[in-house]
Amino acid sequence: MRPARKQRLWMAAFIVAGVAVAAALTMTAFQKNLLFFFSPSDVMAGEAPENQSFRLGGLVTAGSLKHLEDGLTVEFIVTDFGHSITVRYSGILPDLFREGQGVVTQGQLGADGIFAADEVLAKHDETYMPPEVADALERSGHPIDEDKSQ
Amino acid sequence: MNRIVQFFHKTVSPEYFYWLSGKLIPWFIGIFVVVLAFGVWGAFTAPTDYQQGESYRIIFVHVPAAYMSMLIYVCMAVAGFIGLVWHIKLAEITAVASAPIGAAFTALALATGSLWGKPMWGTYWVWDARLTSELILLFLYIGVIALYNAIDDHRKAARAVAILALVGVVNIPIIHFSVEWWSTLHQPATLSKLDQPSMHPDMLRPLLIMIVACTIYFPGILFMRIRAMLLRQERRSRWVARLLGEEGT
Repeated sequence: MRPARKQRLWMAAFIVAGVAVAAALTMTAFQKNLLFFFSPSDVMAGEAPENQSFRLGGLVTAGSLKHLEDGLTVEFIVTDFGHSITVRYSGILPDLFREGQGVVTQGQLGADGIFAADEVLAKHDETYMPPEVADALERSGHPIDEDKSQ
Repeated sequence: MNRIVQFFHKTVSPEYFYWLSGKLIPWFIGIFVVVLAFGVWGAFTAPTDYQQGESYRIIFVHVPAAYMSMLIYVCMAVAGFIGLVWHIKLAEITAVASAPIGAAFTALALATGSLWGKPMWGTYWVWDARLTSELILLFLYIGVIALYNAIDDHRKAARAVAILALVGVVNIPIIHFSVEWWSTLHQPATLSKLDQPSMHPDMLRPLLIMIVACTIYFPGILFMRIRAMLLRQERRSRWVARLLGEEGT
């Protein structure tokens, strides 16, 4: 290989390697800021910001969804199977909101330990299947929710 | 070995590539149309999803578009790298010609994802790692196009573009692994774990066919762009004059 080409080859390789290292360092430094939400265990461990809005994510505990008397406010429990937090929210829930499914909620943790959310987003999983298959799995004693909790 | 080098030099010569790509384009486009027809038919006849109902069908456009946005970027960076190191004109042109196609697929992936996100997640857009890194990819493509057009000398512009493309390559693994490294609203990958696919085969088949269709579409449309750029950049050369002469008579 001619020297000029070799030099350019090294330069190009150096650019890619340099940028990769810079990006890796930056991402490590901002690791926490890149997280989209905190899990209930993170919150219990005191990692979530206090007196400040943050996102809480986890699975909606089956059977925990309650409609309060005003007809608009709902309460449900978000869990990561380590800890659970009760979330209160007034507004329209997204289509994919279900018990046993993932959600990401934005709001503040009150002094009463209830998370007052002003936004609820449904986080769905990567599983796609026809309803008949889902029913069959349910009947055979392997509901889909079981895989997700791992 | 010498033969291979000779063949390579012949293929990358503008004149020969112009002729060769002219022969290949109808094949790529023809096969693309047939495969696309199968894919679209499969996308509409695939079973309904147990959670998302009919709305999930947008993945038959969204996933191929997102996949192509990354594949084309890698092609662009590799072509740029070859052009940068070996100063091969065809490689430089390939890198530049890829950018608008990649930008279109990235925009399509973002748009379809956003439209699907509103009913499913409850929002058009969130600043999670996956969505943000894909948006940065779109800006990289736009940057490549803008940089190329900002420099008058085609060859110098192509080298500047190659460096930008190489710098941006770090974003590709970030996009892919963002859903594993950080908690995101976007769901983890469905396809890249082929050992245990989390998608029913009746849905997976049309999706893979759509991905194949897009992958065939790319060289077809890329060669068209390369041919146009070759003609413009080589307009003073003898082979273009000969070509025009032939077509004139």
